[in-house]
Amino acid sequence: MNWVGDHIGDLLSVSLDHLRLALAPVLVGLLLSLPLGWAANRWRLARAILVPVSGLLYTIPSLALFVMMPLILGTQILDPLNVQAALTVYTVALLVRSIADALAAVPAPVIAAATAMGYRAAGRFFAVELPLAAPVLVAGVRVAAVSNISLVAVGQIIGVGGLGYFLLHGAQSPPNYPEIISGVVLIVVLALLIDGLLAFAGSRLTPWARVGPKAGARR
Amino acid sequence: MIEFQAVTKRYDDGTVAVDHLDLTIEDGKITVFVGPSGCGKTTSLRMINRMIDATSGAILLDGKDIRAQHPADLRRGIGYVIQNAGLFPHRTVLDNVATVPMLLGARKAAARGRAAELLATVGLPAELGKRYPAQLSGGQQQRVGVARALAADPPVLLMDEPFSAVDPVVRDDLQDELLRLQSELGKTIVFVTHDIDEAIKLGDQVAVLRVGGRLAQYDTPAALLAKPVDDFVASFVGRDRGYRALGFLPARQVPIGPVASVPLGTPADVARGRLDAGWAVVVDTENKPLGWVSEAVLSEVDGEIRPEHLISGGSLYVADAEASGTAGTLRNALDAALSSPAAVGIAVDATGAVVGGVTAETVLKALADARRSGEVPT
Ligand SMILES: Nc1ncnc2c1ncn2[C@@H]1O[C@H](COP(=O)(O)OP(=O)(O)OP(=O)(O)O)[C@@H](O)[C@H]1O
Ligand SMILES: [Mg+2]
Repeated sequence: MNWVGDHIGDLLSVSLDHLRLALAPVLVGLLLSLPLGWAANRWRLARAILVPVSGLLYTIPSLALFVMMPLILGTQILDPLNVQAALTVYTVALLVRSIADALAAVPAPVIAAATAMGYRAAGRFFAVELPLAAPVLVAGVRVAAVSNISLVAVGQIIGVGGLGYFLLHGAQSPPNYPEIISGVVLIVVLALLIDGLLAFAGSRLTPWARVGPKAGARR
Repeated sequence: MIEFQAVTKRYDDGTVAVDHLDLTIEDGKITVFVGPSGCGKTTSLRMINRMIDATSGAILLDGKDIRAQHPADLRRGIGYVIQNAGLFPHRTVLDNVATVPMLLGARKAAARGRAAELLATVGLPAELGKRYPAQLSGGQQQRVGVARALAADPPVLLMDEPFSAVDPVVRDDLQDELLRLQSELGKTIVFVTHDIDEAIKLGDQVAVLRVGGRLAQYDTPAALLAKPVDDFVASFVGRDRGYRALGFLPARQVPIGPVASVPLGTPADVARGRLDAGWAVVVDTENKPLGWVSEAVLSEVDGEIRPEHLISGGSLYVADAEASGTAGTLRNALDAALSSPAAVGIAVDATGAVVGGVTAETVLKALADARRSGEVPT
């Protein structure tokens, strides 16, 4: 336990690093998947391409994706950008489908009503369709955030930084168990913390989703 | 005024939903599109606010082609009430109603203030404003839908089967409410329904459409009932149309005869002496009818007539010669006679006090006289 006391500052600052590495791709992925999800919902052809492709991307093992990135991006093998780009790809793969499905689930009468009120297409998307898709969107973002937090640790194999460092460093012989356990515990704590925060923010954002049996339900 | 000029809508798959529709919709009136499922009612309605564009022909709003405006701008000036209300689930009732004023650039506080007034206008308590649509009953949701369509005070209101998803009692309330609102607001309302009774109750003018989107008849409800142009309209208007047509004929010429009446609390033997053809109507201290007693009932009663002795009466016929306009119709008079256990319909004045009785014979005679004098189309 002395080890933990001696390294508490390192543990905290590396935790923050870890969060930044995991969550920046979530944010970028979200911004990319909104227009893609919108397109997949809007055009049948876009959906026919985007949904299977993102499903396929999601099945590629993380390490494989990390080491493939330099081939695609032209980066150095140990460039942290590789892991960031790969995690963004995972986020997009996860969110495109759920955004497309959530937009498709917005009740047709609600969209017709919005059109009839005089919304233009863009205004309607941001004022009506996107808010109604928010519960599904938040659920997707939670999964992406949690999975990225654990994948960043894998990324340490190609030297990305973050809490994975303590796992690899602690596993050298002789193994330093307090170091390994600290790393594991912190990863789990971060994942739970972020998931909880997102769930809380999501329910504050969508108070209407808590009142009825389901959105748009009658009576 | 809304004018359809040879309007045709052919969908991409070749379905002709509306075929050469020529129609003029008057300002300040309720015009109803009615017809069987798939006859093109919704298509016709949605062409007015360009949610659907006509394939050929033109629609003029106050003399101007609707295509001259951006569809979104056109729509902000036309209220639309959709089937099942179509409220925004993620906005409170108040914010739903405030939608169009906000789109038109009103400040949030002003739009919400206006929305709160409108809730009162459509008969909803102010507390409901904070709720979400999922927390309202179907009837309440429909009222919010109407309030939302009225929020920017548009001159034109389009309503697509707005009351079809609620139960009959609530529907009746909503219809009465719409008529009351319309008498205050005088909007140009285009109302779609597949229910001919609703069309006849609400419409100043009714357009009957047949499948294939052709106009079968465009007339007042009374003319539709009295003179359907062909078998399709006749069968669509329904079997009881002769009887229902009586609902459009004022019963001014129906003579009101005397009716035997006794106050509640009259001793049974006194009442027995006052019966007419074996029946008397029992009234309260204000002469309002409570029910009937008959020879047979009174023979079982000793002492005074009490409420539990009464046989419940039929419908009442409001005959108020003074306040003309409120006078009932031949249908009310006939129904009062037919639904009365004594075969005498009770005529009451505007305050509800008994003024006399009408019989089926006198109603039918009045109808025959009106026919002879040409007052009723035959
Ligand atoms: N988007 C569309 N594409 C192809 N055909 C359509 C489309 N919308 C409606 N139709 C067809 O056009 C015809 C008229 O449809 P419309 O919805 O106007 O009927 P309606 O009178 O409102 O019927 P209902 O009483 O069932 O609501 C129907 O045959 C319908 O199948
Ligand atoms: Mg319809």
